[in-house]
Amino acid sequence: MKKIILDSLGQSQHRGFNFRNLLYNNEARAFFFQIATLLIVIGLFYTAIGNLFENIEARGIHTGFSFLKNRAGFDILPFLGNYVVDYTPESPNLSVFYVGLINTLVVAFIGIILSTLIGLLIGIARLSNNYLISKLAGGYIELFRNIPILLQILFWYNLFINVFPHPKQSFSFFDLAFLNQRGLYLPKPIPEEGFLFVGIAFIIGIIAAYFIKKFYKKKHELTGIHTSTWLYTATLIIGLPIIVYLLFGSPLQFDYAILGKFNLKGGMAVVPEFLALTFALSVYTATYIAEAIRSGIEAVDKGQKEAAAAIGLTQIQSLKLIVLPQALRVAIPPTINQYLNLTKNSSLATVIGYPELMSTFGGTVLNQVGQAVEILGMAMLVYLVISLFISLLLNYVNKKMAIQGR
Amino acid sequence: MSVYDQQATRKPPISQIGAILWLRTNLFSSWINTVLTATSLYFLYLMIPPLLDWMFFNASFSFGTINFFGFDIKFSEEMATNSNCGRVGACWPYIYEKLYMYTYGFYPRTETWRPNIVFGLTALLFVIIPLVKNYKYKNRVILSLIVIYPIVSYVLISGGFGLLPVVETHLWGGLLLTLVIASVGIIVSFPIGVVLALGRQSELRVIKLFSTLFIEFVRAVPLITILFMASFVLPLFLEPGNNSVDKLLRALIGIALFQAAYFAEVVRGGLQAIPRGQYEAADAIGLSYFQKNALIVLPQALKISIPNIVGSSISLFKDTTLVLIIGLLDMLAMVGLTTADPYWLGRETEGYVFVTIVMWVMLYSMSRYSRKLELRFNTENTN
Repeated sequence: MKKIILDSLGQSQHRGFNFRNLLYNNEARAFFFQIATLLIVIGLFYTAIGNLFENIEARGIHTGFSFLKNRAGFDILPFLGNYVVDYTPESPNLSVFYVGLINTLVVAFIGIILSTLIGLLIGIARLSNNYLISKLAGGYIELFRNIPILLQILFWYNLFINVFPHPKQSFSFFDLAFLNQRGLYLPKPIPEEGFLFVGIAFIIGIIAAYFIKKFYKKKHELTGIHTSTWLYTATLIIGLPIIVYLLFGSPLQFDYAILGKFNLKGGMAVVPEFLALTFALSVYTATYIAEAIRSGIEAVDKGQKEAAAAIGLTQIQSLKLIVLPQALRVAIPPTINQYLNLTKNSSLATVIGYPELMSTFGGTVLNQVGQAVEILGMAMLVYLVISLFISLLLNYVNKKMAIQGR
Repeated sequence: MSVYDQQATRKPPISQIGAILWLRTNLFSSWINTVLTATSLYFLYLMIPPLLDWMFFNASFSFGTINFFGFDIKFSEEMATNSNCGRVGACWPYIYEKLYMYTYGFYPRTETWRPNIVFGLTALLFVIIPLVKNYKYKNRVILSLIVIYPIVSYVLISGGFGLLPVVETHLWGGLLLTLVIASVGIIVSFPIGVVLALGRQSELRVIKLFSTLFIEFVRAVPLITILFMASFVLPLFLEPGNNSVDKLLRALIGIALFQAAYFAEVVRGGLQAIPRGQYEAADAIGLSYFQKNALIVLPQALKISIPNIVGSSISLFKDTTLVLIIGLLDMLAMVGLTTADPYWLGRETEGYVFVTIVMWVMLYSMSRYSRKLELRFNTENTN
């Protein structure tokens, strides 16, 4: 402040300190506006927080996070989160938070994989020179991206509950899996002693394949001799675990669902809430990913493909070495953004009662405890962290994909 | 000298012209393409006939007496209930019967003319704006319309001011509520978004910090957490005993703040696209900050961002459906509400299909419009 006043003095040497000069001094103005904004924001917060405490006291709501230790006392639809946390109604509210968090992450993870697969398929189909395929893909995109996601979730869930058959008339897929209004029944894998080694073999296979690939790549760079490595890779990643599996005498059994008198017995049931939510989210997000992939491939200059053909690369080499790396540079950033959107949209599961973060913790616990500020704050923090993580990932990818200038 | 006769031109081979050529190049150019074509045809065969059967051939269209917007239409002596509809096909009489609910919610039937006028005015607005496109004072006309239209609509729909009987907001519903939320959301959030975008680009650190924090925070969390905040926490922030903020207003505040952050990013994109020289020129001729932005920067930045603004508005329109989670009765919420009627139990599928069709038609036409805008602005910029 002192500096500013001195500055304004300096500009009007012959008249000494002048208020008018201070008013028209850019720095003084900037200072004033920033102080004013700060005061307004602080004032708003001060009033709001003051009112908050008064209201909380008047309504007899507790404050603080001690409610996290209290008994939850309600059932949660059994899904993965329940088993991981070992949830019972006797568990504390904090367990509910973990159950919700795990279920949110499960939906996000599977949704991301599914939407990427569908998006890739549709994006490539959109560019197919087959008229019917390209039009079908276009129709898919126009249909699903112009229907609100909430409506799609409700629609598929309703299809499960009201239209799909009773367990007795389940759709059966070779008696291995069953689909009915209670969900999807899959064979339940039961790992026995020794199955751990199969997993270890799988990991060793991946690591070994990585080094082999690296070795031959180096050889290619040094000598120009190209060696195809896919056979080694396949043997190591698939073959090695199979050998170990057989050596240990098939340490993995399956418990198949069997059609009983009224219901299916055994197997592994995937609840319709999860299926409807994941399906709707994947189908909706895939339309955006498909568009990103299409625009990525279209962004590659035609001359690049022609140049690749001119130096004698095959179709597949041209796609793998020339077109895709350039297409992905355009397609990946918007795709990662869509992953974030998918994760945020998974919170809409509250309408169908899938037990994710906003329906268990932000829903039932909020209704029971009433400490909206703390509970919603925690939920928002989770989404903030997820989105921060995805932004970091995006920055990393962008940096890695940036064109290397020389 | 021999004389040569002109030979008649041979016709091109049948496989090189017309429909057959088209089929060969587009559907059967290689064996892979043939397989793909066959698979898609089979897929269409699996999907389309059952859908048509359900929607039309096995569906019930008319029976009983239907109350259609207050008019009784008599189809037959039977009662218009669930049981008279077949189980295999759709039951469209349910939609006719509940069309009023889907359109106006619980809005009093005697006052329907008021939202109808607003619907009419909205349609008129879309007719007038292209008409005055070449008129000398078009900016003034459009600006005054933009100011007058919301006021007139508000007075008509909610009543009060001693002119019309008041209709409480909890009676608003259906498509009417959807449109109210979408339009209020867009109109209110847009100026906030522009201010936030300018704030984020500002050289004043405090202002830049607050704008950036707000934008990034809001964009990182799902809309539903903001709606929950608005409906549970916002009342706690107000003075004790202040109940003037009703459910709809709370939702509107939440949606407007949410959308403002998204508009801010769209406008910021436009601001960044303006060449540096424009800012410097404005400074050089001695314009103030306000003059610089109002006369030089924003007109250009907003024009560039129009396609994205429309795109963002479309997202907002889709997001309005979320208000059903905090208990507002928009068009989507009407499905659950109307199928709770004991006469129409279990007709959710028809309801969802109907809402899907209405929403899709609106959203699809909006997205076509935005694509048209995008193309128009693209060609202008490439020259």
